[in-house]
Amino acid sequence: MRRHGGWVAFASTLAVFGLLGVAIVNAPNWPAVQNSFFNSVRFDDALPDVAWAFRRNIELFVLAEVLVLCLGLVVAVMRSLPGPVFLPIRLLATAYVDIFRALPGVLVIFYLGLGLPALRIPGVPNDPFFWGLVALTLIYSAYVSEVYRAGIESVHPSQEAAARSLGLTRAQAMRFVVLPQAVRRVIPPLLNDFIGLQKDTVLVSFIGVVELFRTAQIKQAAAFNFTPYLAVALVFLVITLPLTRLVDWLVARDRRRSVAGGRP
Amino acid sequence: MTVDRGATDAGMATTPARPALRIEGLVKSFGPLEVLKGVDLEVAEHEVVCLIGASGSGKSTLLRCVNLLEPIDAGRIEVAGEEITAPDVDVDRIRRGIGIVFQAFNLFPHLRVLDNVTLAPRKVLQRPRDEAEAAGRALLRRFNLEDKALEYPDRLSGGQQQRAAIVRALAMEPRLLLLDEVTSALDPELIAEVLDVVRELARGGMTMLIATHEMGFARDVADRVAFLDAGRILEIGPPAQVLGEPREPRTRQFLQRVVAAGRL
Repeated sequence: MRRHGGWVAFASTLAVFGLLGVAIVNAPNWPAVQNSFFNSVRFDDALPDVAWAFRRNIELFVLAEVLVLCLGLVVAVMRSLPGPVFLPIRLLATAYVDIFRALPGVLVIFYLGLGLPALRIPGVPNDPFFWGLVALTLIYSAYVSEVYRAGIESVHPSQEAAARSLGLTRAQAMRFVVLPQAVRRVIPPLLNDFIGLQKDTVLVSFIGVVELFRTAQIKQAAAFNFTPYLAVALVFLVITLPLTRLVDWLVARDRRRSVAGGRP
Repeated sequence: MTVDRGATDAGMATTPARPALRIEGLVKSFGPLEVLKGVDLEVAEHEVVCLIGASGSGKSTLLRCVNLLEPIDAGRIEVAGEEITAPDVDVDRIRRGIGIVFQAFNLFPHLRVLDNVTLAPRKVLQRPRDEAEAAGRALLRRFNLEDKALEYPDRLSGGQQQRAAIVRALAMEPRLLLLDEVTSALDPELIAEVLDVVRELARGGMTMLIATHEMGFARDVADRVAFLDAGRILEIGPPAQVLGEPREPRTRQFLQRVVAAGRL
């Protein structure tokens, strides 16, 4: 029965996508579209340069991810500090998270990448790569701090009580008992945000970083042909699809565990 | 561990031995709900006192107040002559000397049993890892848990988890041990192994304050039994008297309900 069901799924998938393909290829203006978006000569010409330029994006998101993991955690812990003494710190952290989640990322990149260097303050760098990194780190740390915070709050207060009852300080209870459990639980949503971050690295092309999208743009303008963007799409599919599969697998595994009554 | 015993009060010369725990006029409210309405209680060194009473009578709250997990509203608590409810007291130092075991075990699920046991000695008492682990293994051996030392808590039965939680509290060498209904979350066939551990501790001279629903256990382990009713200690005395010939009508009613439920 299962094998039979598999064949039905395969046949129906083939039929649906086949029909879609036939509809597109038989569209009135298909030849012109094919030439400007799916031109094999242009593609072969663009792919090596675009793929090579992707190293800038990799540098950018690897550095940003490391920084985001740290800054996001600091902000999450700041927002979790209890008591009236820490109100100013909580307010500061909350304002930061709210503002950077509210603003479109492109604006942050523009203001930091074009605005700050224009002030010509001595010692302030004007390297667009640097400001792109700062902007992406600030934007995604706001999201990731919320992910961390959800994880911290998902650890039952009895865990902190047990730690404190043994004489651990609040900071020690956070460091050795609460955070290790919180971080384990938030790995899937964290990776989801990283997928977003990796794709958003193309936004720094707007302040002049020559990465893969910028490279494709230059090629598109030179030959007045949009095929180089196909190379961009392909590079992202290759990098991002395995990561999305990994996230789905992690989420499914966690769900199986909690259904099976595994570790809380 | 060296114990800071504080200065002897000249006014206490009339008391033959300084009590391990002295509670005076303890009041504790949660919002508008007054849970403890003026509790007075003394526990002598090496004495075992069992708290009995209906659910909601304040047994758990009383224990949590003694462990400083709940701030109190009025009254005072002294441990070995030191007022632990004084405003300037270092709560982390106080908690080191008072162990508490919870109804729901509250083991740390991300740590193996041995690491659960050694976390506080290593981080709070700064013991070197090998020393703490040797001491932890010796304690686990004493309670027949040595073969579980490297397991995660979710691989243990409920009874084993609760015994591990007791070992974790003992690893800090507390001078006072609080047990909060430690068998209430266990299947009936697992209760005996945990109660045996508590009996052994009593024989070894551990000072304990025990909230329990197990009247038979209270009768044979307790030096005194205190009946807590609506936030007050209504009756306290030797187990044979309180459980056998209760003076207060409310105590009689409570015990009759317990008998009807088959717990005595």
